[in-house]
Amino acid sequence: MRALLLRDLRLAFRSGGGFGLGLAFFLILAVLVPLGVGAEGTILGRIAPGILWVGALLACLLSLDRIFALDHEDGSLDLLATSPLPMEGAVAVKALAHWLVTGLPLTLMAPGLGVLLNLAPAAYPWLVLSLLLGTPTLSMVGAFGAALTVGLRRGGLLLSLLVLPLYVPTLIFGAEVVRRGAEGMALATPLALLAAISLGAAALLPFAAAAALRVNLR
Amino acid sequence: MSIWEYANPKKFMATSAWALPWAVGLTVVCLVVGLVWGFFFTPDDYKQGSTVKIIYLHVPSAMMAINAWVMMLVASLIWIIRRHHVSALAAKAAAPVGLTFTLIALVTGALWGQPMWGTWWAWDPRLTSFLILTLFYFGYIALWSAIENPDTAADLTSILCLVGSVFALLSRYAVNFWNQGLHQGASLSLDKQENVSDVFWLPLLVCIAGFVLLFLTMVLMRTRIEIRSRRLQALLARERVA
Amino acid sequence: MMPDLGKYAVAVLGSYAATAVLIAALVGLTLWQAARVKRALAEVEARAGKSDG
Repeated sequence: MRALLLRDLRLAFRSGGGFGLGLAFFLILAVLVPLGVGAEGTILGRIAPGILWVGALLACLLSLDRIFALDHEDGSLDLLATSPLPMEGAVAVKALAHWLVTGLPLTLMAPGLGVLLNLAPAAYPWLVLSLLLGTPTLSMVGAFGAALTVGLRRGGLLLSLLVLPLYVPTLIFGAEVVRRGAEGMALATPLALLAAISLGAAALLPFAAAAALRVNLR
Repeated sequence: MSIWEYANPKKFMATSAWALPWAVGLTVVCLVVGLVWGFFFTPDDYKQGSTVKIIYLHVPSAMMAINAWVMMLVASLIWIIRRHHVSALAAKAAAPVGLTFTLIALVTGALWGQPMWGTWWAWDPRLTSFLILTLFYFGYIALWSAIENPDTAADLTSILCLVGSVFALLSRYAVNFWNQGLHQGASLSLDKQENVSDVFWLPLLVCIAGFVLLFLTMVLMRTRIEIRSRRLQALLARERVA
Repeated sequence: MMPDLGKYAVAVLGSYAATAVLIAALVGLTLWQAARVKRALAEVEARAGKSDG
């Protein structure tokens, strides 16, 4: 499993476009929003939690189809299916690789963008924590969506349509954590729920995704 | 190879053929009776005025929007466990019907809220949940359309329905949590407790029955279409090979 | 005959109209799809019948 992880990481960093794309998109979004909404500091500060979370979410979406599509095209997915490694494990590892390459960098980059969006000072640690806890869900749910659509030629848009509604609970709780953190309110509940969803997704979605992959590899 | 690929669809077609006229008839009767009764022969609510008449559309459609998804979930499970083809096709057939009911619930809900909230749309938890449900329906229907192989489509959409159901429940809770502080008490409270009065409750029951029957009728019709469509596909494939 | 809907006429009538349109669209689409698949199936079955017979 470690070998698979290292291989995926190496591929992601090597092929260039895969790695920086999500981060660049995140940055562009943080520039576009004030341009669209107006530069007034108070307004920006109020919507910053939501913008940052939606931005991270959309940026994650960009690289989702790469999780399985490349391997499917060159046949390595079939090899994985017949290898002694269980499909569920392979899916989990691939989701982890996606997170390490996309979710984690986004999380680390977010505070910088928070400055652009006039995020309240108290919110910064909560921004990082919520993204840290929530982006794994985005990768895991994304891997599930990617598994469903791996066989399709133009699956990207459909992938987004399938995955975005599944992102809603994570988005709501994640943004809520940051918002409450900004105002110093109690945020144990959304934080706990955010973490619970991540754990649940990591535990259960590999099975659903593996089932979908097996169907697509038939 | 027998004429119909599978024995079950044949039985379904036969049974639904005689059941359909009855279903249509009962649907029309219930809907007409319920809606006419509710619209013309009930008084206004002292709080909500004549907008209470929207209840005869909003409550049944909202109930069926959810029930349609539950039926799809059950049908998907039956497909996964027992590979009953009619079940998979019934789930596919039910989706557009459920989507229509969801849209009706959304529109009537928004219109009902307009006089109360002064805006054509409000992010009330219930309305928001139905908006998200619409997205789930769209995704499910889109996945069916995107996949050529019928069995693969049935498998993948079933898995989507299962996972989607879990997240739909999560979303419902999350949306309630999200909007807790804002519209307290102002959300459309459609609990039965509010409608203790038989004056509203009885025609509502008839309307609910009408919508349930409408759902059944449409699913019967659409499943027949799906079965015929699959047979058509199989025959065309055979022609191409021959 | 029409009850006095007062100031809520737009909301109430709008709801009934929208519902009617949506249901009509669903039923109409379904009937059209049914007719179409029936016709196509009959054609193909006739062709299959001729070549088998």
